[in-house]
Amino acid sequence: MVALGQFLEILIGGLMSGVLYSLVALGFVLIFKASGVFNYAQGAMVLLAGLALVRALDLLIANGFPLWAAIVLGIGFAAVIMAATAWLIERLVIGPLVNQDALTLFMSTIGVTFVIEGVAEMIFGSDVYPLRLFPTDAWFVFEDLFPGGILINKLDLWGALIAGILVAGLAIFFQRTRTGRALRAVADDHLAAHSVGIPISWIWFVVWLAAGLVALVAATVWGTKLGVQFSITFLALKALPVLIIGGLTSIPGAIVGGLIVGAGEKIAEVYLGPSIGGGIEYWFAYVLALALLLVRPQGLFGERIIERI
Amino acid sequence: MLYREAGQFKTTYAEDMAIFPVRQDRIVLAVLLGIAFIGVPVLATFHIWPFRSEYLLWAILLPFLILALAAIGTNILVGYCGQISLGSGAFMAIGAYSAYKLATGVHIPLGFLGFAISIPPLPVLASILLGGLMAACVGILFGIPSLRIKGLYLAVATLAAQFFFDWVFLRIPWFTNYAPSGSVNAPVLDFFGLVVRTPVERYLLCLLFVVVIAVLAKNLIRSNLGRQWMAIRDMDIAAELIGIRPLYAKLTAFAVSSFIVGVAGALWAFVYLGSWEPLAFSIDRSLELLFMVIIGGLGSIMGSFVGAAFILIVPILLNLVPTELGVPLSTETITHFEFIIFGSLICYLLIKEPHGFARLISIGKEKLRLWPFPY
Repeated sequence: MVALGQFLEILIGGLMSGVLYSLVALGFVLIFKASGVFNYAQGAMVLLAGLALVRALDLLIANGFPLWAAIVLGIGFAAVIMAATAWLIERLVIGPLVNQDALTLFMSTIGVTFVIEGVAEMIFGSDVYPLRLFPTDAWFVFEDLFPGGILINKLDLWGALIAGILVAGLAIFFQRTRTGRALRAVADDHLAAHSVGIPISWIWFVVWLAAGLVALVAATVWGTKLGVQFSITFLALKALPVLIIGGLTSIPGAIVGGLIVGAGEKIAEVYLGPSIGGGIEYWFAYVLALALLLVRPQGLFGERIIERI
Repeated sequence: MLYREAGQFKTTYAEDMAIFPVRQDRIVLAVLLGIAFIGVPVLATFHIWPFRSEYLLWAILLPFLILALAAIGTNILVGYCGQISLGSGAFMAIGAYSAYKLATGVHIPLGFLGFAISIPPLPVLASILLGGLMAACVGILFGIPSLRIKGLYLAVATLAAQFFFDWVFLRIPWFTNYAPSGSVNAPVLDFFGLVVRTPVERYLLCLLFVVVIAVLAKNLIRSNLGRQWMAIRDMDIAAELIGIRPLYAKLTAFAVSSFIVGVAGALWAFVYLGSWEPLAFSIDRSLELLFMVIIGGLGSIMGSFVGAAFILIVPILLNLVPTELGVPLSTETITHFEFIIFGSLICYLLIKEPHGFARLISIGKEKLRLWPFPY
């Protein structure tokens, strides 16, 4: 029972942290679906959103605002910052680069990453800022079933809840609203969408804004977990295998991919790691993605890639 | 006026198929090679401006040559064969560590078989080349997924190589000869009794490698194989239909590219760094190489040189400018400014000229041909 309890604890912990990877991966999927841009800057956007939020909160609380007002205003401020970023990126980088090949667009988002990182740290500072929006204490369940119970971090539960709400919200947005339908049309075929009168640059702004807001949500959870700091940008690299496993174009795929990566790497680290030197969390997700791609080149939920001559 | 090939008649097939068919190109190249092989060493030996100190040679020319070599390797894969790779840094690391192991002697204990494989320390030149070969073998292995997946999916798949080998060289002490700090020292650079020590000698060594490999690469690209790569890049299904074997073309591209990148990695470690840690070949290095290739121009050997120079020199200049102007800024602010300016510069270049400096140079040549008339 101890072994089973331990396994469940590792599995649940892995699944929960997988949900957090999914939060970052969602932003990637949104942008890739609608504009075919592989957005390396998503990690930097999480950093920017987190810094804007935590600095605004600190300032407001220092000036005597009540906590709820500070949180509302802080999130509002960060959202405005993300909207401005989305607008600038669409206007200055993605718009002029329309119709270039995927690699050029990808590299331009790396350029954007440098700019966002530089600007964010110059304006908001480059220390580690603690953020406490969610409870982070541990919680033991099934204490009567397993000796010692199973440890679950409350923050992870909040993360899972938020991810669920986010996916539901995005699904409703994509399926039920006018803009959502236009978005899907643009994702399907830019030119056809353009020719029936859908304003492409507006749609792209909306998509980048949505990705920015997803980044803000990811920042609230990750910021609570790690503190808002520069290393948050490396989340982008953690989210890539998640995307590949789930499929670049699928929102449910991002969640399932996150769960697989999270659980897989925790289990591998605990059961496989000690025998080959430890620290395999570092590459496990990538090798998993590589193996999966050999079987399903489009990922688990991605659209089938059809090529014509 | 000066750049006009009218009147340069080709009378043999060999002339027609020369690497540089235009006489002016040959002259420019000869002058550049002359400066590189004779001018720079002479100036550096006698400490004449701009080689008063060894800074220019050490901090700019040496890394420039080696990174240009790595960029040529990356360009063969990304620019000529169209397989996006984010794992170049890993292949540099494989070249470096294989060369290190071979130069210090390999000992593989196979306890369960009752014997051990031992290779005595090899000469430096052999270990550098074999290090490249080792990288080529691993490159073929990690190239296999490219038969199923392409584009950005492949890019992420090659990241697997990057992270896996970062970890291998960090965590498996056998590769670093059980050095407690994980950092290793290059062996003495002894080439058939000729010991390379001073910066000028190191520079000439790298220059020799770069020129030989660049010429070989340029010729390879003009050959049957190079044309197969380009056909695969332009449309792999169509290439397959006209009888090009994707397996052979893609894997040779991975092998040749990884070999060159591996040799560059071995040079980077042995000649430039001297002692190094796995961090020297991180994901940042891979991205940097990809930038060099794209800014320089996909599918252009000369572009690799220009791109390498640009990506290497811009951060150095950005770092120098505030101190030269005497602007009182904290180092932190300067770093942030560097990030911002470098990032915007890259975006600007990609927007203004998505085909890189190589395209700008060919436009420039076209204009020169017509000069002084606009058309």
